[in-house]
Amino acid sequence: MTAPQEVTGSDVQADPEAVTVGMGRDIEGRSLGQIAWRRLRRDKVALGGGIVIVLLILVAIFAPAIVAVLGHDPLEFHYDQVDPDLQVSPGFFGGISPTYLFGVEPVNGRDIFSRVVYGARISLLIAFFATLLAVLVGTVLGVVAGYFGGWIDTLISRTMDIFLAFPILLFALALVGIIPETAFGLQGDTLRIVLIVAIVGLSSWPYIGRIIRGQTLSLREREFVDAARSLGARAPRILFSELLPNLVAPILVYSTLLIPTNILFEAALSFLGVGIRPPTASWGGMLSDATHWFQIAPNFMVFPGLAIFVTVLAFNLFGDGLRDALDPRSR
Amino acid sequence: MTAGDGIVTLDKTAEAPLLRATGLEKHFPVRRGLLQRKVGAVQAVDGLDFEVRKGETLSLVGESGCGKTTTGRLLTRLIEPTGGTVEFEGRDISHLGQGSLRPLRRDIQMIFQDPYSSLNPRHTVGKIVGAPFEIQGVTPEGGVKKTVQELLALVGLSPEHYNRYPHEFSGGQRQRIGIARTLALRPKLIVADEPVSALDVSIQAQVVNLLEDLQDELGLTYVLIAHDLSVVRHVSDRVAVMYLGRIMEIGDAASVYGRPMHPYTVALLSAVPVPDPTRVGKRERILLTGDVPSPLNPPAACRFHTRCWKAQEICGVETPPMVELEPGHQVACHFPENQPA
Repeated sequence: MTAPQEVTGSDVQADPEAVTVGMGRDIEGRSLGQIAWRRLRRDKVALGGGIVIVLLILVAIFAPAIVAVLGHDPLEFHYDQVDPDLQVSPGFFGGISPTYLFGVEPVNGRDIFSRVVYGARISLLIAFFATLLAVLVGTVLGVVAGYFGGWIDTLISRTMDIFLAFPILLFALALVGIIPETAFGLQGDTLRIVLIVAIVGLSSWPYIGRIIRGQTLSLREREFVDAARSLGARAPRILFSELLPNLVAPILVYSTLLIPTNILFEAALSFLGVGIRPPTASWGGMLSDATHWFQIAPNFMVFPGLAIFVTVLAFNLFGDGLRDALDPRSR
Repeated sequence: MTAGDGIVTLDKTAEAPLLRATGLEKHFPVRRGLLQRKVGAVQAVDGLDFEVRKGETLSLVGESGCGKTTTGRLLTRLIEPTGGTVEFEGRDISHLGQGSLRPLRRDIQMIFQDPYSSLNPRHTVGKIVGAPFEIQGVTPEGGVKKTVQELLALVGLSPEHYNRYPHEFSGGQRQRIGIARTLALRPKLIVADEPVSALDVSIQAQVVNLLEDLQDELGLTYVLIAHDLSVVRHVSDRVAVMYLGRIMEIGDAASVYGRPMHPYTVALLSAVPVPDPTRVGKRERILLTGDVPSPLNPPAACRFHTRCWKAQEICGVETPPMVELEPGHQVACHFPENQPA
């Protein structure tokens, strides 16, 4: 029980409690984003993951330049590098040398380094766009379901359940059999990339959608939403100006954690032969080819495998660090 | 804008009420099962009649779950009543759509209970206090920023806090930010839902006094919702005591505090701590037994009869009508205390 405060008269009027202004110093508000950034900077592991991610993105963007300096064209055959009888390189660990940094492929002698570098393009491109698609669809539907509730929520939530229960890998395998060489005005690799982005993105949006819906459900009960409503705010303003800024943290965290999942998904599709088709380089496709050779040319499997491993690990470490930085209580 | 109207002098008896609730009712349906069949209703507010006159402070008091907050949300039309009417300046607003309500939102504003949840943590103070202008599409004279800084000064904050975020402030300061937002559009009526219950005791008086000063300065009308009788005592002009969705007693503050007539009010007042140890032993403390019955299935007739020490057979059979036993003091009880001779 709170004790009564009998203060009569207005001698205690609008005095700010402890509002002391610094001597001529500008008061600079620190946003929650700035605070999170300070926390993230102290997390060495997450920062390491972040640096690796930046390097990977740079590698993917400047792949042609890197390959021009350090390697060979990824599609170029080098039969001179391969022992005609064994069909593998006679050199050290699959032919590792200053000119072939990761050695060469068995049979045709393509430069594995160049193919891993170009593979990063495909992996990151598909993973980023698939995640972007998943985040867009998941966030919009999640916020709408959580805020409006009722039959809208039921409809969206059941749709998520259906998508999660859908055997997406089998669907992808079946789909590949029927897609023509050209569709929607696209062809070749471009068509493949668009399709894989769509398949991967549409299979992973419910994970984001569920999290956003749950967060919205709890945010909706906060009084600042009532405050906006009592000022006459319309639903779009409440959704995008009041709720969305509070959802940035989970969206960021779960997209950085969804990217590695999608990289693995794309690798799995390529491994199964329904992803990017040869001769275009992709990590999953290289692993698939390497399964026949790993006893005599282990480098063919080790380097693309390592690339997937390092990339996924870097994204996961960074995502975990980001979560800790944005919401220290979640641990 | 009607800034600086100054002090409004009142003739409380002659003027039409600013707000009138008639038979106001809100039942929340309880649904069960696959087909969402309605199996009952939480009778949060069940037939309220009261008026709020211009320039006065009406306090709604009662314990948790008695429907105070629901009443506040009905008056600001955050929710729609299931029965009865709310009239604001003579106009029935009980079932207006969101579109027709929007211009009205300027006149009726709300102060929220929890200053930690009523301010969007991702917005700066400037954006929060400026939101009313943005949402209502109003550009105040001298620009939004200048007006917001004036509002901050008005509630006792430094205008330099404009670019800060809510998490950098204490509870009392946050509540001041909320009050500044409420005042932005110069509303005629402010519904304050437990404005100080989340605050430190030492800060409560400051905020209550701020509200009182603002009332004098801007000619505001308040509906003050509180569970603590002592907090609202010196700022209320009139007090309505609620129990389980109904008003038990309503009247001028001095009269209700001085001569409480409803047994429930008597019990509530006896529970107010006395800040004077020498007087503690000298008063009678009435302890109510049992819990508040569920609003899903409230007691018949007088809702208080299950816990009332004066209850007789008639209390469970016949609902006591609101009777004016004293000028400006109405009670709904068959056996009121402190009856005027």
